[in-house]
Amino acid sequence: MSVANSTPHDAALLHVTGKARYVDDVPMPANTLHLAFGMSDVAHGSITSINLDAVKAAEGVVKVLLADDLPAENDVSPSAHDEPLLATGSVHYIGQPIFCVVATSHLAARKAARLGKVEIAVKPAILTIDDALAADSKFEDPITFLKGTPEDVLTKFGPNQTVTDSFELGGQEHFYLEGQAALAMPQDNGDMVVQSSTQHPSEIQHKVANALGKPFHSVRVEIRRMGGGFGGKESQGNALAVACAVAAQLTGCPCKMRYDRDDDMIITGKRHDFRLEYTVAFDKDGKIQAMVMHQYARCGWALDLSMPVADRAMLHADNAYHLPHARIISHRLKTNTQSATAYRGFGGPQGMVPIERVMDHIAHKLGFDPLDVRRVNFYENGQTTPYHMTIEDSVITPLVAQLRKTSDYDARYSAIQKDHADNPDSILKHGIALTPVKFGISFTLTHLNQAGALVHIYADGSVQLNHGGTEMGQGLFTKVAQVAATTLGIPLDQVKITATDTGKVPNTSATAASSGADLNGMAVKNACDTLKIRIAEFLAPKYDCKASDVRFEDSKVILVNDAISFNDAASLAYQNRISLSATGFYATPKIQWDRLKGRGRPFFYFAYGAAVTEVVIDTLSGEYRILRTDLLHDAGKSLNPALDIGQIEGGYVQGAGWLTTEELVWDDKGSLRSHAPSTYKIPACSDRPQVFNVALFENENVEDTIYKSKAVGEPPFMLGISAWVALSHAISGCSATGEYPAINAPATPEEVLKTVTRLKGESW
Amino acid sequence: MSIEFLLNGEITTITGASPTRTLLDYLRETRGMTGTKEGCNEGDCGACTVMVSDGADHRAMNACILFLPQLHGKSVRTVEGVATGDTPHPVQAAMIDKHGSQCGFCTPGFIMSMTTAHANGAIDHDDQLAGNLCRCTGYAPIIRAAGAVEKAAKSDWLGEDAKALEQLKIKAIHPQNSDDLATWYTANPNATLIGGATDVGLWVTKKLVALDKVCFISQIEDMRRIETTKEGLRIGASVTLTALRQAIAPLYPDFAEMLRRFASTQIRNVATIGGNIANGSPIGDGPPALIALGATLTLRKGNKRREILLQDFFIDYGKQDIATGEFVESIFIPTQDDRLKCYKLTKRFDQDISAVLGCYNIHITNGQVACCAIAYGGMAATPKRASHVEKTLMGKPWTKETIAAALPAFAQDFTPMSDMRASREYRLKAAQNMLQRYFLEDTENAPRVLKATA
Repeated sequence: MSVANSTPHDAALLHVTGKARYVDDVPMPANTLHLAFGMSDVAHGSITSINLDAVKAAEGVVKVLLADDLPAENDVSPSAHDEPLLATGSVHYIGQPIFCVVATSHLAARKAARLGKVEIAVKPAILTIDDALAADSKFEDPITFLKGTPEDVLTKFGPNQTVTDSFELGGQEHFYLEGQAALAMPQDNGDMVVQSSTQHPSEIQHKVANALGKPFHSVRVEIRRMGGGFGGKESQGNALAVACAVAAQLTGCPCKMRYDRDDDMIITGKRHDFRLEYTVAFDKDGKIQAMVMHQYARCGWALDLSMPVADRAMLHADNAYHLPHARIISHRLKTNTQSATAYRGFGGPQGMVPIERVMDHIAHKLGFDPLDVRRVNFYENGQTTPYHMTIEDSVITPLVAQLRKTSDYDARYSAIQKDHADNPDSILKHGIALTPVKFGISFTLTHLNQAGALVHIYADGSVQLNHGGTEMGQGLFTKVAQVAATTLGIPLDQVKITATDTGKVPNTSATAASSGADLNGMAVKNACDTLKIRIAEFLAPKYDCKASDVRFEDSKVILVNDAISFNDAASLAYQNRISLSATGFYATPKIQWDRLKGRGRPFFYFAYGAAVTEVVIDTLSGEYRILRTDLLHDAGKSLNPALDIGQIEGGYVQGAGWLTTEELVWDDKGSLRSHAPSTYKIPACSDRPQVFNVALFENENVEDTIYKSKAVGEPPFMLGISAWVALSHAISGCSATGEYPAINAPATPEEVLKTVTRLKGESW
Repeated sequence: MSIEFLLNGEITTITGASPTRTLLDYLRETRGMTGTKEGCNEGDCGACTVMVSDGADHRAMNACILFLPQLHGKSVRTVEGVATGDTPHPVQAAMIDKHGSQCGFCTPGFIMSMTTAHANGAIDHDDQLAGNLCRCTGYAPIIRAAGAVEKAAKSDWLGEDAKALEQLKIKAIHPQNSDDLATWYTANPNATLIGGATDVGLWVTKKLVALDKVCFISQIEDMRRIETTKEGLRIGASVTLTALRQAIAPLYPDFAEMLRRFASTQIRNVATIGGNIANGSPIGDGPPALIALGATLTLRKGNKRREILLQDFFIDYGKQDIATGEFVESIFIPTQDDRLKCYKLTKRFDQDISAVLGCYNIHITNGQVACCAIAYGGMAATPKRASHVEKTLMGKPWTKETIAAALPAFAQDFTPMSDMRASREYRLKAAQNMLQRYFLEDTENAPRVLKATA
């Protein structure tokens, strides 16, 4: 059976031979023109004059577009129509596109884009969380989830049974290796075909259509694969696709745009950075009695997806822990910086880090092993979340018990504690932490939880597969093809995987929220089931059996006592005028959610996991290494264990990178200083754990998901939190006074040394 | 200029191209060979990695900042040219088998770094791949793939390329020796000299500068030499950091260890030590180590040579002691007992520009500091000696107390700046701690974090 096999990624051979085509690799039609944006170098201000003479005179320039030149809607926002493609009168962050150069080459466009003379009357810029709070700059009033009476409970506990603190949690650049790219090709009647490196082809279609002043049916968007997405291509590709389409309409030529890496990092949104403030009361065992948590999200200048991101942060403020009384307050702050956007976990990680900080903080206060505090707080099935959803599928207790054993956590924790006590002056300090993950699966905007598919069986029995999901490296296409092959009982290589195409499957949701295989796998299965029923109903009478008894296995259609090959069945069906093309559809059941009230069942189910990380720090420099990591993750009944383990390993390293070396730095003018891999440091090869043990937890989804599997794209990202907590543990070994390390994120070597210095009572 | 090289075994001649056209643009735009990817366009991500060979010498390089003239007389293999017919290279097969690709965009670059390492029999995989970023896999499966093919047979095309290159007898480009360079540069003093183009490359790809007149100097044979004499080591300005690392390892192992972390394999394979000095950067990693060793610089203009202490070369930010038409010809390190330690402080261990680089060369005689050179990068507008610190140490007993007493002097030597790499407070604190570390390593064999295990 194809499902559950560790089949390699369907494009692996193409990847390793350089034959896998990305948008920038598609051979360009003749006369293709190239685009580049001229950007604001001021964080906030009014445009007083624009002189583009030098731009227009530059070699190779064909046209220069300003907001007034756009034929219809000037908007690339995925939500509130507050994000003009080209600035209109005012600018709101450094990097905001003001004009668009159309030229004969990529280089000519880039060169010309730097020649624009834009005068801007500078206005005060709101850059930081403090700035925004002082100016009351926000997108909406704070949103609150409330369960019980947390404030009342808090008053009953004294300072020995309370922890309270505030800390900063940095953002993250996606650093997809393939930058944003789009190519628009004009068609008859002003229609447009767009190749776009996007996780959301339907949105590209809609934004392009609106920008051209056309109905959606005039635009077709295609994407075979992305070179990484991680949420950064959910909405951030809109600007390039719209610019290309508009320029193509105005010039009649195909138009292509790709951001140079620095432009990409300066223009596009990143993971939201947060400030978290918590006050938590706990009993003598460390069991939480009440929690009040404020989440301050720096959303940037436009709304983008900040509302659902901030919602998901609230929805993960509990992580895997039962909070009998809780108030979670979310503040959505508006600043003159890049508009923060979707990023793997979509706010979930930002919600989860603080509760792990709380667990660590409580354990430190009580002098307990932090794992003991975590364990007493784990959800039991039947308990409710702060948003009043009943937990029914928790496996966190047995999962953690298993990992605790396989990772030899107890002995290693004790050894490190002893080393801290025995060798207070040692330069190197080890630290270890076990942290859990419980991540909710479903789009919180309920209507997005739908998917479509289109499956053709050709007369020779070969199958072509189309669905609304996009491939960004996660192996979605492989998994969905496995579903089709299994459902139809044919080998995987009989199924042709095709590019995602809005002309084949309409009205799709973004491939996001870890939903790709869940939604599209089900839709494909539904289409395959339809085709099977048609073939069975056609063949059953001829073989004197019931259609419901017909089975599709081993490339055969088994008709109780007879069997014919699948290919012959297809041929026969065709000759007998049976339709061999079917659509499939899926809508996730059971979910309903009221985001303003903070009540309902936003998630179909939860995915679980846990990680143990051991680190070592150099207390003279703050440098550190991840020495060993053990991961145990619940992918339900895995559709493809190899691909799932790939998501888990890769997600962990990306999550650990977020909380360690990946530091976004803006200067006091609001200019992003870390805008290239020379200044923004994602994990490199040697940063992976020296010892890296990864396993899947034996489980099957209690809900009726595709072959009982679970979503795996985002949840493992948060396993990386264990690295950050382990650093805190290592630093605690330097504490002369027993003070809590209270680190911020990312815990760069500087943050580590700064904390070590404070704990040692030395000057900084 | 006509440029001739082998591209995936085919003789390729390019005439009339701009000398600053990159190999990456040539492959992708001119040839439609899109397997080689552009990830960052600055030599930091490795998606554009290709293999450049000179006979039996195989090197991974970043095509995005490799100018076409640098390929003259070489053979180049890209990801499209490593399989044998329909049979994938062992590295390619292993990457499929071990699930080493996810989105696949970094994969061609990894394949080329791994293929080059395989050709060289190199199994220090983390170092070989330090210049290749992957955002999907977390690297573990890639390393599994690299490990799985260490003993696999080498490809026939390696020998075929070497043979074909030999038969072609491609005429070397001008200048071929330092005398030619001296004459030419005197006549063209405003030209830009290009060593490995790992810095100049970014002027072209990022600053979009058009360089009217350039001269490539990395092929100059007598400037590529490393000569060992009783008096010391003379290193030609065109010596690559890869070659320097190899030569310096037996003499000053900690210098070599620092060079292991200097940029990446791809960059070290082309970047020259002369370029690292001549560009005058306050954060170049070569100068502090060389200054601590008391290195001298030979500068040449026409037939006139002068020798100065390297530390005196750096006058101020962007200002060096070098005349128009003058160039760095060689560097000399005087023979001495190895007391050098180099502390390279970065956010990420590999391929990261130093926030602070502290290089210590302290000689102890009869328990007292007899001789002391401490040089820092990243702490001032130039690479700079910690002269006040040195003064407080000189002649003092080699004790904890002496170290403690010297720490305040750092503030006299340095007022570092805050930037995206580090704050001034961190720089100063870390710099002070490096002196403590040097002492503790010397007296107590204090461990390094990079050597720690679980």
